[in-house]
Amino acid sequence: MSLALIAILSVGVIGVLLGVIIGVVAKVFAVEIDERIEKVEELLPSANCGGCGYAGCMDFAKAVVSEKATVDQCPVCSPDDIKNIAEYLGIVAEEKEKMVAVVKCGGTHSVAVSAKYNGVADCKSAVLVAAGGKGCAFGCLGMASCSRACPFDAIEMRDGLAIVHEALCVGCGKCVETCPRNLIDLVPAKAEVHVFCNSPEKGAEKMKVCKASCIGCRKCVKAAEEGQMKVEGFLVSVNYDNPPPAGLVEAAACPTQCLKTAKAHAAPVGSEA
Amino acid sequence: MLSEFLVITVGAILVNNFVLSKFLGICPFLGVSKKLDTALGMSGAVVFVMTLASLVSSLINSFLLVPMKLEFLQTLVFIVVIASLVQLVEIILQKLSAKLYDSLGIFLPLITTNCAVLGCVVLNAKSAPDSIQSTWYGATIYGFCSAVGFSLALVLFSSLREKLDLANVPKAFEGTAISLVTAGILAMAFLGFSGLV
Repeated sequence: MSLALIAILSVGVIGVLLGVIIGVVAKVFAVEIDERIEKVEELLPSANCGGCGYAGCMDFAKAVVSEKATVDQCPVCSPDDIKNIAEYLGIVAEEKEKMVAVVKCGGTHSVAVSAKYNGVADCKSAVLVAAGGKGCAFGCLGMASCSRACPFDAIEMRDGLAIVHEALCVGCGKCVETCPRNLIDLVPAKAEVHVFCNSPEKGAEKMKVCKASCIGCRKCVKAAEEGQMKVEGFLVSVNYDNPPPAGLVEAAACPTQCLKTAKAHAAPVGSEA
Repeated sequence: MLSEFLVITVGAILVNNFVLSKFLGICPFLGVSKKLDTALGMSGAVVFVMTLASLVSSLINSFLLVPMKLEFLQTLVFIVVIASLVQLVEIILQKLSAKLYDSLGIFLPLITTNCAVLGCVVLNAKSAPDSIQSTWYGATIYGFCSAVGFSLALVLFSSLREKLDLANVPKAFEGTAISLVTAGILAMAFLGFSGLV
Protein backbone atom coordinates (compact mmCIF):
# COMPACT_ATOMS: atom_id res chain seq x y z
CA MET A 1 0.00 0.00 0.00
CA SER A 2 1.39 3.36 -0.90
CA LEU A 3 2.10 5.94 1.77
CA ALA A 4 -0.49 8.34 0.37
CA LEU A 5 -3.23 5.74 0.68
CA ILE A 6 -2.31 5.00 4.29
CA ALA A 7 -2.26 8.70 5.05
CA ILE A 8 -5.69 9.29 3.51
CA LEU A 9 -7.14 6.22 5.24
CA SER A 10 -5.84 7.05 8.70
CA VAL A 11 -6.89 10.67 8.60
CA GLY A 12 -10.28 9.61 7.27
CA VAL A 13 -10.76 7.03 10.03
CA ILE A 14 -9.72 9.54 12.72
CA GLY A 15 -12.10 12.11 11.28
CA VAL A 16 -15.05 9.73 11.11
CA LEU A 17 -14.38 8.44 14.64
CA LEU A 18 -14.25 11.93 16.12
CA GLY A 19 -17.34 12.90 14.15
CA VAL A 20 -19.29 9.95 15.54
CA ILE A 21 -18.19 10.79 19.10
CA ILE A 22 -19.29 14.41 18.70
CA GLY A 23 -22.58 13.31 17.17
CA VAL A 24 -23.35 10.97 20.08
CA VAL A 25 -22.38 13.56 22.70
CA ALA A 26 -24.44 16.23 20.95
CA LYS A 27 -27.49 13.93 21.18
CA VAL A 28 -26.90 13.09 24.84
CA PHE A 29 -26.21 16.68 25.89
CA ALA A 30 -28.73 18.29 23.55
CA VAL A 31 -29.99 21.64 24.83
CA GLU A 32 -33.50 22.65 23.94
CA ILE A 33 -33.43 25.99 22.20
CA ASP A 34 -36.54 28.07 21.82
CA GLU A 35 -37.38 27.74 18.11
CA ARG A 36 -38.77 31.26 18.13
CA ILE A 37 -35.23 32.64 18.59
CA GLU A 38 -34.13 31.18 15.28
CA LYS A 39 -37.24 32.43 13.51
CA VAL A 40 -36.88 35.96 14.91
CA GLU A 41 -33.22 35.99 13.93
CA GLU A 42 -34.23 35.06 10.40
CA LEU A 43 -36.63 37.98 10.29
CA LEU A 44 -34.03 40.43 11.63
CA PRO A 45 -31.79 42.22 9.11
CA SER A 46 -28.68 40.15 10.10
CA ALA A 47 -26.52 43.25 9.93
CA ASN A 48 -24.92 42.36 13.29
CA CYS A 49 -24.17 46.04 13.78
CA GLY A 50 -24.79 46.07 17.53
CA GLY A 51 -26.89 49.21 17.23
CA CYS A 52 -29.47 47.71 19.58
CA GLY A 53 -26.88 47.35 22.34
CA TYR A 54 -26.69 43.56 22.10
CA ALA A 55 -23.75 41.52 20.80
CA GLY A 56 -25.47 40.77 17.50
CA CYS A 57 -28.73 39.83 15.86
CA MET A 58 -28.72 36.38 17.53
CA ASP A 59 -28.28 37.93 20.96
CA PHE A 60 -30.97 40.50 20.24
CA ALA A 61 -33.37 37.78 19.05
CA LYS A 62 -32.84 35.98 22.37
CA ALA A 63 -33.59 39.16 24.28
CA VAL A 64 -36.70 39.85 22.20
CA VAL A 65 -38.08 36.36 22.69
CA SER A 66 -37.44 36.48 26.44
CA GLU A 67 -39.08 39.92 26.47
CA LYS A 68 -36.00 41.70 27.78
CA ALA A 69 -36.01 43.91 24.69
CA THR A 70 -38.63 45.15 22.27
CA VAL A 71 -38.36 44.71 18.52
CA ASP A 72 -38.30 48.43 17.80
CA GLN A 73 -34.94 48.71 19.57
CA CYS A 74 -33.40 47.45 16.34
CA PRO A 75 -32.38 50.58 14.44
CA VAL A 76 -31.96 48.78 11.13
CA CYS A 77 -35.39 47.13 10.93
CA SER A 78 -37.84 48.84 8.60
CA PRO A 79 -41.35 49.38 9.99
CA ASP A 80 -42.46 46.38 7.93
CA ASP A 81 -39.79 44.13 9.44
CA ILE A 82 -40.87 45.17 12.90
CA LYS A 83 -44.49 44.47 12.09
CA ASN A 84 -43.63 41.01 10.78
CA ILE A 85 -41.65 40.07 13.88
CA ALA A 86 -44.26 41.48 16.22
CA GLU A 87 -46.97 39.56 14.38
CA TYR A 88 -44.95 36.36 14.62
CA LEU A 89 -44.50 36.78 18.35
CA GLY A 90 -48.08 37.91 18.79
CA ILE A 91 -47.21 41.25 20.34
CA VAL A 92 -47.99 44.79 19.34
CA ALA A 93 -45.03 46.85 18.26
CA GLU A 94 -44.94 50.61 18.54
CA GLU A 95 -44.25 52.68 15.46
CA LYS A 96 -40.75 54.07 15.54
CA GLU A 97 -39.23 56.96 13.79
CA LYS A 98 -36.30 56.49 11.43
CA MET A 99 -33.20 58.21 12.75
CA VAL A 100 -30.14 59.22 10.79
CA ALA A 101 -26.75 60.53 11.80
CA VAL A 102 -25.68 64.09 11.08
CA VAL A 103 -22.11 65.34 11.31
CA LYS A 104 -22.53 68.91 12.52
CA CYS A 105 -19.57 70.40 10.66
CA GLY A 106 -18.98 71.83 7.22
CA GLY A 107 -15.26 72.48 7.57
CA THR A 108 -13.31 70.82 4.78
CA HIS A 109 -9.57 71.06 4.16
CA SER A 110 -10.20 74.78 3.59
CA VAL A 111 -10.31 75.30 7.37
CA ALA A 112 -7.24 77.15 8.62
CA VAL A 113 -4.53 74.84 9.88
CA SER A 114 -3.04 75.50 13.31
CA ALA A 115 -0.42 72.77 13.13
CA LYS A 116 0.55 69.92 10.88
CA TYR A 117 -0.53 66.64 12.42
CA ASN A 118 1.74 63.75 11.49
CA GLY A 119 0.54 61.11 13.94
CA VAL A 120 -1.66 58.05 13.68
CA ALA A 121 -4.49 58.73 11.24
CA ASP A 122 -7.28 58.36 13.76
CA CYS A 123 -9.48 61.07 15.27
CA LYS A 124 -9.01 59.87 18.85
CA SER A 125 -5.22 60.02 18.52
CA ALA A 126 -5.39 63.40 16.81
CA VAL A 127 -7.48 64.83 19.64
CA LEU A 128 -4.92 63.71 22.21
CA VAL A 129 -2.13 65.57 20.41
CA ALA A 130 -2.96 69.24 20.97
CA ALA A 131 -6.52 68.75 19.71
CA GLY A 132 -5.64 67.93 16.11
CA GLY A 133 -4.39 69.99 13.21
CA LYS A 134 -7.39 72.02 12.10
CA GLY A 135 -7.74 75.54 13.42
CA CYS A 136 -11.26 74.94 14.74
CA ALA A 137 -11.24 73.14 18.09
CA PHE A 138 -14.84 71.93 17.68
CA GLY A 139 -15.06 70.69 14.10
CA CYS A 140 -14.48 67.49 12.18
CA LEU A 141 -10.90 66.23 12.42
CA GLY A 142 -11.21 64.42 9.13
CA MET A 143 -9.33 61.26 10.16
CA ALA A 144 -12.28 59.04 9.17
CA SER A 145 -12.76 57.26 12.51
CA CYS A 146 -16.55 57.43 12.09
CA SER A 147 -16.34 56.33 8.48
CA ARG A 148 -14.39 53.24 9.51
CA ALA A 149 -16.80 52.52 12.35
CA CYS A 150 -19.85 52.62 10.09
CA PRO A 151 -20.95 49.04 9.26
CA PHE A 152 -23.07 50.32 6.37
CA ASP A 153 -20.55 52.48 4.48
CA ALA A 154 -22.83 55.46 4.95
CA ILE A 155 -20.12 57.98 5.83
CA GLU A 156 -18.00 59.40 3.05
CA MET A 157 -14.78 61.33 3.66
CA ARG A 158 -14.66 64.25 1.29
CA ASP A 159 -11.99 66.96 1.51
CA GLY A 160 -11.24 66.04 5.12
CA LEU A 161 -14.87 66.16 6.19
CA ALA A 162 -17.17 63.31 7.18
CA ILE A 163 -20.44 63.38 5.24
CA VAL A 164 -23.37 61.09 6.04
CA HIS A 165 -25.38 59.67 3.17
CA GLU A 166 -28.91 59.51 4.51
CA ALA A 167 -30.08 56.81 2.14
CA LEU A 168 -27.45 54.41 3.50
CA CYS A 169 -27.59 55.45 7.17
CA VAL A 170 -29.77 53.27 9.36
CA GLY A 171 -29.19 55.19 12.57
CA CYS A 172 -27.33 52.49 14.50
CA GLY A 173 -25.29 55.11 16.36
CA LYS A 174 -21.86 53.49 15.95
CA CYS A 175 -20.37 56.73 14.63
CA VAL A 176 -21.88 58.77 17.45
CA GLU A 177 -19.84 56.79 19.97
CA THR A 178 -16.67 57.02 17.89
CA CYS A 179 -16.40 60.77 17.38
CA PRO A 180 -14.11 62.24 20.06
CA ARG A 181 -15.59 65.67 19.38
CA ASN A 182 -19.20 64.51 19.89
CA LEU A 183 -19.96 66.03 16.53
CA ILE A 184 -22.39 63.42 15.35
CA ASP A 185 -26.03 63.36 16.42
CA LEU A 186 -28.84 60.96 15.70
CA VAL A 187 -31.75 63.03 14.46
CA PRO A 188 -35.18 62.17 13.02
CA ALA A 189 -34.88 61.48 9.29
CA LYS A 190 -37.84 63.73 8.57
CA ALA A 191 -35.78 66.78 9.53
CA GLU A 192 -34.28 67.94 6.25
CA VAL A 193 -32.43 71.07 7.26
CA HIS A 194 -29.36 71.09 9.50
CA VAL A 195 -26.87 73.60 10.79
CA PHE A 196 -23.49 72.21 9.83
CA CYS A 197 -21.48 73.89 12.58
CA ASN A 198 -20.71 72.96 16.15
CA SER A 199 -18.46 75.75 17.38
CA PRO A 200 -19.85 77.88 20.22
CA GLU A 201 -17.22 80.60 19.70
CA LYS A 202 -17.95 84.16 18.56
CA GLY A 203 -18.77 84.64 14.89
CA ALA A 204 -15.67 86.72 14.17
CA GLU A 205 -13.39 84.14 15.81
CA LYS A 206 -15.01 81.37 13.82
CA MET A 207 -14.75 83.21 10.51
CA LYS A 208 -11.01 83.57 11.01
CA VAL A 209 -10.55 79.82 10.78
CA CYS A 210 -13.56 78.57 8.83
CA LYS A 211 -15.62 80.16 6.09
CA ALA A 212 -18.42 77.61 6.49
CA SER A 213 -19.17 78.29 10.15
CA CYS A 214 -22.35 79.55 11.79
CA ILE A 215 -21.75 83.19 12.62
CA GLY A 216 -24.88 83.49 14.70
CA CYS A 217 -26.54 86.11 12.46
CA ARG A 218 -29.97 84.65 13.20
CA LYS A 219 -31.24 85.13 9.66
CA CYS A 220 -32.56 81.58 9.73
CA VAL A 221 -34.15 82.07 13.14
CA LYS A 222 -36.09 85.05 11.81
CA ALA A 223 -37.08 83.23 8.62
CA ALA A 224 -38.26 80.14 10.46
CA GLU A 225 -41.37 79.78 12.53
CA GLU A 226 -41.19 80.25 16.29
CA GLY A 227 -39.45 77.36 18.03
CA GLN A 228 -38.04 75.71 14.92
CA MET A 229 -34.51 76.96 15.51
CA LYS A 230 -32.58 77.17 18.76
CA VAL A 231 -29.93 79.72 19.67
CA GLU A 232 -27.29 78.90 22.23
CA GLY A 233 -24.73 81.67 22.60
CA PHE A 234 -23.31 82.30 19.13
CA LEU A 235 -24.45 79.01 17.66
CA VAL A 236 -27.79 78.31 16.05
CA SER A 237 -29.11 74.77 15.82
CA VAL A 238 -32.21 73.02 14.57
CA ASN A 239 -34.86 72.08 17.11
CA TYR A 240 -35.33 68.46 16.11
CA ASP A 241 -38.59 68.16 18.05
CA ASN A 242 -40.07 70.69 15.63
CA PRO A 243 -37.82 70.75 12.55
CA PRO A 244 -38.19 73.52 9.92
CA PRO A 245 -39.15 72.62 6.32
CA ALA A 246 -36.57 72.35 3.52
CA GLY A 247 -37.76 75.70 2.15
CA LEU A 248 -36.04 77.47 5.02
CA VAL A 249 -32.67 77.19 3.28
CA GLU A 250 -33.83 79.50 0.52
CA ALA A 251 -35.83 81.77 2.81
CA ALA A 252 -32.96 82.26 5.24
CA ALA A 253 -30.17 82.66 2.65
CA CYS A 254 -27.49 81.71 5.17
CA PRO A 255 -24.47 83.95 4.43
CA THR A 256 -21.95 81.19 5.14
CA GLN A 257 -24.20 78.44 3.78
CA CYS A 258 -23.77 76.35 6.88
CA LEU A 259 -27.55 75.99 6.99
CA LYS A 260 -28.47 73.53 4.28
CA THR A 261 -30.34 70.33 3.60
CA ALA A 262 -28.58 67.05 4.25
CA LYS A 263 -29.26 66.15 0.64
CA ALA A 264 -27.42 69.18 -0.71
CA HIS A 265 -24.62 68.62 1.79
CA ALA A 266 -24.08 65.03 0.67
CA ALA A 267 -24.62 65.68 -3.04
CA PRO A 268 -21.56 65.06 -5.25
CA VAL A 269 -19.33 68.08 -5.75
CA GLY A 270 -20.37 70.25 -8.66
CA SER A 271 -23.96 69.06 -8.93
CA GLU A 272 -26.78 71.11 -7.51
CA ALA A 273 -29.31 68.99 -5.67
CA MET B 1 11.24 8.76 37.46
CA LEU B 2 9.66 10.90 40.14
CA SER B 3 12.26 13.63 39.72
CA GLU B 4 11.55 13.67 36.00
CA PHE B 5 7.88 14.34 36.70
CA LEU B 6 8.82 17.08 39.11
CA VAL B 7 10.99 18.71 36.46
CA ILE B 8 8.13 18.61 33.96
CA THR B 9 5.69 20.04 36.48
CA VAL B 10 7.84 22.92 37.73
CA GLY B 11 9.20 23.53 34.26
CA ALA B 12 5.80 23.77 32.56
CA ILE B 13 4.08 25.82 35.27
CA LEU B 14 6.76 28.27 36.34
CA VAL B 15 9.96 28.26 34.29
CA ASN B 16 8.68 27.77 30.77
CA ASN B 17 5.25 29.21 31.39
CA PHE B 18 3.31 29.08 28.14
CA VAL B 19 2.05 32.63 28.28
CA LEU B 20 4.79 34.47 30.09
CA SER B 21 7.95 32.93 28.66
CA LYS B 22 6.89 31.04 25.52
CA PHE B 23 4.40 33.78 24.56
CA LEU B 24 1.82 31.30 23.33
CA GLY B 25 -1.90 31.84 23.89
CA ILE B 26 -1.63 35.60 24.26
CA CYS B 27 -5.05 36.16 22.66
CA PRO B 28 -7.18 34.62 25.42
CA PHE B 29 -4.65 35.92 27.97
CA LEU B 30 -5.61 39.47 27.01
CA GLY B 31 -9.14 38.76 25.87
CA VAL B 32 -10.68 36.88 28.82
CA SER B 33 -8.75 38.45 31.66
CA LYS B 34 -11.08 41.33 32.47
CA LYS B 35 -12.91 39.46 35.22
CA LEU B 36 -11.61 36.80 37.59
CA ASP B 37 -14.75 34.65 37.24
CA THR B 38 -14.46 34.41 33.48
CA ALA B 39 -10.72 33.79 33.75
CA LEU B 40 -11.34 30.85 36.09
CA GLY B 41 -13.94 29.43 33.70
CA MET B 42 -11.62 29.81 30.75
CA SER B 43 -8.81 28.18 32.73
CA GLY B 44 -11.04 25.21 33.45
CA ALA B 45 -11.92 24.81 29.79
CA VAL B 46 -8.28 25.13 28.69
CA VAL B 47 -7.08 22.61 31.30
CA PHE B 48 -9.69 20.14 30.08
CA VAL B 49 -8.94 20.63 26.40
CA MET B 50 -5.15 20.73 26.75
CA THR B 51 -4.89 17.62 28.94
CA LEU B 52 -7.20 15.58 26.74
CA ALA B 53 -5.63 16.90 23.54
CA SER B 54 -2.16 15.94 24.82
CA LEU B 55 -3.33 12.44 25.74
CA VAL B 56 -5.21 11.73 22.51
CA SER B 57 -2.60 13.31 20.25
CA SER B 58 0.23 11.51 21.98
CA LEU B 59 -1.58 8.17 21.58
CA ILE B 60 -2.29 8.84 17.92
CA ASN B 61 1.28 10.03 17.39
CA SER B 62 3.12 7.15 19.02
CA PHE B 63 0.80 4.31 17.96
CA LEU B 64 -0.26 5.45 14.51
CA LEU B 65 1.74 8.28 12.99
CA VAL B 66 5.28 7.23 14.03
CA PRO B 67 5.01 3.49 13.27
CA MET B 68 3.36 4.25 9.90
CA LYS B 69 5.95 6.94 9.12
CA LEU B 70 3.19 9.50 8.82
CA GLU B 71 4.86 12.22 10.91
CA PHE B 72 4.15 14.75 8.18
CA LEU B 73 0.46 14.49 9.10
CA GLN B 74 1.08 15.61 12.70
CA THR B 75 -0.16 19.20 12.39
CA LEU B 76 -3.24 18.19 10.42
CA VAL B 77 -4.28 15.40 12.77
CA PHE B 78 -3.56 17.43 15.90
CA ILE B 79 -5.71 20.31 14.72
CA VAL B 80 -8.57 17.94 13.94
CA VAL B 81 -8.26 16.37 17.40
CA ILE B 82 -8.16 19.75 19.17
CA ALA B 83 -11.10 21.08 17.16
CA SER B 84 -13.30 18.12 18.01
CA LEU B 85 -12.33 18.28 21.69
CA VAL B 86 -13.29 21.95 21.81
CA GLN B 87 -16.58 21.07 20.13
CA LEU B 88 -17.17 18.46 22.83
CA VAL B 89 -16.41 20.91 25.63
CA GLU B 90 -18.77 23.42 24.06
CA ILE B 91 -21.65 20.97 23.81
CA ILE B 92 -21.16 19.67 27.33
CA LEU B 93 -20.66 23.12 28.85
CA GLN B 94 -23.80 24.52 27.23
CA LYS B 95 -25.78 21.78 28.92
CA LEU B 96 -24.09 21.85 32.31
CA SER B 97 -23.39 25.54 32.85
CA ALA B 98 -25.19 27.91 30.51
CA LYS B 99 -23.93 30.89 32.52
CA LEU B 100 -20.27 30.00 32.06
CA TYR B 101 -21.01 29.21 28.40
CA ASP B 102 -22.41 32.69 27.91
CA SER B 103 -19.60 34.47 29.73
CA LEU B 104 -16.89 32.66 27.76
CA GLY B 105 -18.74 33.53 24.57
CA ILE B 106 -16.58 33.52 21.48
CA PHE B 107 -13.42 32.57 23.40
CA LEU B 108 -14.62 29.02 23.94
CA PRO B 109 -14.70 28.07 20.23
CA LEU B 110 -11.52 30.09 19.85
CA ILE B 111 -9.62 27.58 22.01
CA THR B 112 -9.58 25.64 18.75
CA THR B 113 -7.12 28.12 17.37
CA ASN B 114 -5.36 28.74 20.68
CA CYS B 115 -1.72 28.33 19.79
CA ALA B 116 -0.93 27.22 23.37
CA VAL B 117 -2.91 24.01 22.84
CA LEU B 118 -1.38 23.17 19.47
CA GLY B 119 2.02 24.31 20.75
CA CYS B 120 1.85 21.95 23.71
CA VAL B 121 0.81 19.01 21.55
CA VAL B 122 3.53 19.70 18.98
CA LEU B 123 6.18 20.10 21.71
CA ASN B 124 5.18 16.67 23.00
CA ALA B 125 5.44 15.12 19.56
CA LYS B 126 8.81 16.76 18.87
CA SER B 127 10.39 15.89 22.25
CA ALA B 128 13.38 13.54 22.39
CA PRO B 129 12.32 9.87 21.88
CA ASP B 130 13.87 8.75 25.19
CA SER B 131 12.38 11.54 27.33
CA ILE B 132 9.39 10.99 29.53
CA GLN B 133 7.45 13.55 27.50
CA SER B 134 7.32 11.20 24.54
CA THR B 135 5.33 8.59 26.51
CA TRP B 136 1.57 9.00 26.64
CA TYR B 137 1.46 9.57 30.42
CA GLY B 138 4.36 12.00 30.31
CA ALA B 139 2.68 13.92 27.51
CA THR B 140 -0.60 14.06 29.42
CA ILE B 141 1.12 15.38 32.52
CA TYR B 142 3.01 17.94 30.45
CA GLY B 143 -0.26 19.03 28.83
CA PHE B 144 -2.00 19.30 32.18
CA CYS B 145 0.88 21.25 33.76
CA SER B 146 1.17 23.60 30.80
CA ALA B 147 -2.54 24.31 31.08
CA VAL B 148 -2.14 24.92 34.81
CA GLY B 149 0.68 27.32 33.99
CA PHE B 150 -1.59 29.08 31.50
CA SER B 151 -4.33 29.24 34.12
CA LEU B 152 -1.92 30.62 36.71
CA ALA B 153 -0.89 33.41 34.37
CA LEU B 154 -4.51 34.11 33.43
CA VAL B 155 -5.75 34.21 37.03
CA LEU B 156 -2.83 36.36 38.21
CA PHE B 157 -3.34 38.77 35.33
CA SER B 158 -7.11 39.03 35.70
CA SER B 159 -6.75 39.75 39.43
CA LEU B 160 -4.28 42.49 38.56
CA ARG B 161 -6.63 43.92 35.96
CA GLU B 162 -9.56 43.96 38.38
CA LYS B 163 -7.40 46.05 40.72
CA LEU B 164 -6.22 48.22 37.82
CA ASP B 165 -9.83 49.10 36.98
CA LEU B 166 -10.04 50.95 40.27
CA ALA B 167 -6.63 52.60 39.98
CA ASN B 168 -6.15 56.11 38.70
CA VAL B 169 -4.30 55.42 35.45
CA PRO B 170 -2.95 58.32 33.36
CA LYS B 171 -5.26 58.93 30.41
CA ALA B 172 -2.77 57.94 27.74
CA PHE B 173 -2.23 54.56 29.44
CA GLU B 174 -5.85 53.61 30.00
CA GLY B 175 -7.23 50.29 28.78
CA THR B 176 -5.11 48.09 26.56
CA ALA B 177 -1.91 50.09 27.06
CA ILE B 178 -1.70 49.58 30.81
CA SER B 179 -2.73 45.92 30.38
CA LEU B 180 0.16 45.28 28.01
CA VAL B 181 2.59 47.05 30.32
CA THR B 182 1.34 44.94 33.23
CA ALA B 183 1.67 41.76 31.18
CA GLY B 184 5.26 42.70 30.36
CA ILE B 185 6.14 43.28 34.01
CA LEU B 186 4.49 39.98 34.95
CA ALA B 187 6.56 38.19 32.29
CA MET B 188 9.73 39.80 33.67
CA ALA B 189 8.82 38.64 37.16
CA PHE B 190 8.46 35.09 35.86
CA LEU B 191 11.94 35.39 34.36
CA GLY B 192 13.13 35.02 37.95
CA PHE B 193 12.22 31.33 37.81
CA SER B 194 14.65 30.60 34.99
CA GLY B 195 17.46 28.29 36.02
CA LEU B 196 15.21 26.53 38.54
CA VAL B 197 15.24 23.35 36.49
